[in-house]
Amino acid sequence: MHTRNLRWSIAALAALAGMTLCAGARAQAPAPDPRAVPDTLDQRLLACATCHARVDARGNPVNDSFYPRLYGKPAGYLYNQLRNFRDGRRHYPLMTYLVGHLSDDYLREIAQHFAALAPTVLPPAPAAASPQVRERGRQLVFDGDPARRIPACVACHGARLTGVQPSIPGLLGLPRDYVNAQFGAWRNGVRRAHAPDCMAEISARLSPDDVAAVSGWLAAAPLPSNARPDARIARPLPLACGSAPEPR
Amino acid sequence: MKRLRAALLALPLVLLLAALAAVALAWPRPRFVPAASPAAYAPTPQNVARGAYLARAVNCIACHTARAGAAYAGGRALDTPFGRFYGPNLTPDAETGIGSWSADDFWNALHNGIARDGRLLYPAFPYTNYTRVTRADADALYAYFRSLAPQRQPNRPHELDFPYNRQLLLAGWRLLYFRPGDLSPQPARGAQWNRGAYLVEGLGHCSACHSARNALGASKDGLEGGLEGGLNSTLGWYAPSLTASGEAGLGDWDEAHIVALLGAGISARGSATGPMAEVVARSLQYLTPEDLGAMAAYLKSLPATPAPTPIPAGTPPASEQVMLEGRRIYAGQCAQCHGDDGKGKLPAYPPLAGNRAVTLTPAVNAIRMTVNGGFPPGTRGNPRPYGMPPFGHELSDAQVAAVLSWIRASWGNAAPPVSAADVNRYRAITSD
Repeated sequence: MHTRNLRWSIAALAALAGMTLCAGARAQAPAPDPRAVPDTLDQRLLACATCHARVDARGNPVNDSFYPRLYGKPAGYLYNQLRNFRDGRRHYPLMTYLVGHLSDDYLREIAQHFAALAPTVLPPAPAAASPQVRERGRQLVFDGDPARRIPACVACHGARLTGVQPSIPGLLGLPRDYVNAQFGAWRNGVRRAHAPDCMAEISARLSPDDVAAVSGWLAAAPLPSNARPDARIARPLPLACGSAPEPR
Repeated sequence: MKRLRAALLALPLVLLLAALAAVALAWPRPRFVPAASPAAYAPTPQNVARGAYLARAVNCIACHTARAGAAYAGGRALDTPFGRFYGPNLTPDAETGIGSWSADDFWNALHNGIARDGRLLYPAFPYTNYTRVTRADADALYAYFRSLAPQRQPNRPHELDFPYNRQLLLAGWRLLYFRPGDLSPQPARGAQWNRGAYLVEGLGHCSACHSARNALGASKDGLEGGLEGGLNSTLGWYAPSLTASGEAGLGDWDEAHIVALLGAGISARGSATGPMAEVVARSLQYLTPEDLGAMAAYLKSLPATPAPTPIPAGTPPASEQVMLEGRRIYAGQCAQCHGDDGKGKLPAYPPLAGNRAVTLTPAVNAIRMTVNGGFPPGTRGNPRPYGMPPFGHELSDAQVAAVLSWIRASWGNAAPPVSAADVNRYRAITSD
C-alpha cells in the first residue's frame, strides 16, 4: 500500500516535472515568425475565396450575384467540376486558367477541403415571380413534368435539395443568375459532364420559362439548418448520369 | 556606240543573273544526315524511353494535344498575328498521323522544315530551333512517337490570313530567315555549357517566346544575340529578356534558383506564371537536375544586354492622388501576403520589391497577375502551390493602375506608372 502510494507520488512528480519541462520549452520557443505562412489549405486557397466566399467589410458573407458557394457541397461533385474546368468540359476561362496546371491529387484535396466546411447560410433571394410562376417552379422541383419526361429535382438532388453523396450537388443557396447560366450552358453544350450527361438531357427538355420558374423558386427557398448532402438516394435515378452512375 | 548599247542592254540581264545567283546561294538547301543505323530508330525500350524524355524537353505535347484530347493527337490552336495554327497529329495513325512517315521523313521535318509530301512547314513549328537537334535525338523521338497508340484524328487545316497562306511567301521567308544547320560545339566552354546551349537553343526552343519577333514573325536566339524578351500580343503575356539584367536576365541569379524556377516553378527570386507555368508543368519539371543545371549555366553565361525598353526620359510620375489610392489598395488587398515592406513571404509569396516581373515594361504581366491571379504550376517540387486571388472583379481599371503604379515606385522600385488604358487593354484578353 505504502509502496504503491510512493510509486504514485513518484509518477505524479515525474509527470509534473515533465509538464514543467514542456512549459519551459514552450516559453523558450522563438516568437512566431511574422513571415511564416500557415501551411493550411485555407491559406493555399485564398485565390478561391475572393469569388466563392466573399465577405463584406464586417466579415459577413455576401450573396454574390453569380459565384456559387462551394462549402459543404459533395466532394465528388467539386472534384468533377475542377477537372471539368481544367480539361475543357466546362467553360469559364478564369477557372480554367486557375486550375490549369494543378494535379488530380491536389484538386481532390481541394474538393475535400471545401466539402468538409459548413455550408454558408445566406438569406434567400426575395421571390419576385408571380404566384403562377412560383407554383410552376415548385411543381417542377417536387413533381417534375412526367408528360415531357422531366424528372423532379428532388428525385436526384435529395428530398431536401441539399445534394447527395458523393457527387450530386445541392441546389439551394445558389444565386439565381448562376443557376440560369448553367441551364443555358448545358443547352449550348458549353457545360458538359461525364457521359451520359443527364443534366444536358433535362435542360434540352425544359423551356426557357420552365428554367426561369425553377431557378426563381430555388433561389427563393431557404437553406435548411442542416444543409449537408444526404448520404444516399433511391436508385435507380430517373435518368442515367455519368457523374453519378448506378452501383454495379 | 553599238557596243555601248549592247552593254546597256546586258546590264539588267547581268544584274538579274547576279540576283538569281545570290538567291540560289542563299536558298535554304535541305541537309540530309543519315541515321547511324536502323537500330537508332528501332522501337526498343531504350530508344522509346530516351525519345519520351526528349519529347518532354521539347514540350511537343503543348502544341500537339488539344485540351483533354488524346496525347499528341494534335488539335491545339496557336493564335498568331498571321492567323491560327493547329498542331497536327503525331501519333502513328497511317492516315491522320505520322504512321506512314519514315525516320528520314521525320528528320526532314525537324531539321529542314519540310513535310513528308514536300510542303514547306510554317515556322510556328519552330524548326528554326529544331534544325539543331541531332539525328540521333530525332531518331529517338521518332521511335517514341511510333510507340504511341495510333489516334485517328484528322488534322485541322490552319486558318491563315492572305497572303500568309501562300507557300511562295513561305519560301521567301525561309530564304530570309532559315538555314538548316547544327549547333557547332564549343569544346572550350565545357560539356555542361554545350549541353545547356543544346537544350536552350535546340530542344527547348526558348527563343520561340523569349525573343522579339519582327513584322514577319522571325526571331533570333541566344546564339545570335536574341532571348532579349518578347511580347506575345495574342496571348497577352510578355516573355522577359533572359539576358537583360533589368528583366529576367539570369546573370546575377544563383544557379540553384534558376534550377528551382525551371524544375519546381517557384524560387526565392520569383515564380513561374502565365505561359511559363505551362512550360514548367508539362516540360521542365521532368528534366534531370543535370539538364536543368546545364540550362542554368548556359543562360547565366549569356552576355548581359541593356533592358530592351528603357524608361522613356520624361515619363511623368503618377499623381499624388493616384499614389495615395494605390497605397490604400495595397494595404487592404496585397500587404497581407506580400508584406508592408514588399518583401513577400517566401516561398509562398514572392517579393514585389526588386521583382522584375513587377517592374517590367510593358507591365502586361503585372496587370494580368493582378486581374486574374493565378497558381504556380503544381510540380513534384511544389505539388500544392499557394495561389494568388484574382482581383479583376474587385478593382476597376483605374484601381489596378493605381496599385501597380504605387508598387512600381515603392521600396526602391523605379518603373514608370501604369495607365488605366493599359489595364483595360490586357483585362480584355481571355485568361484561358
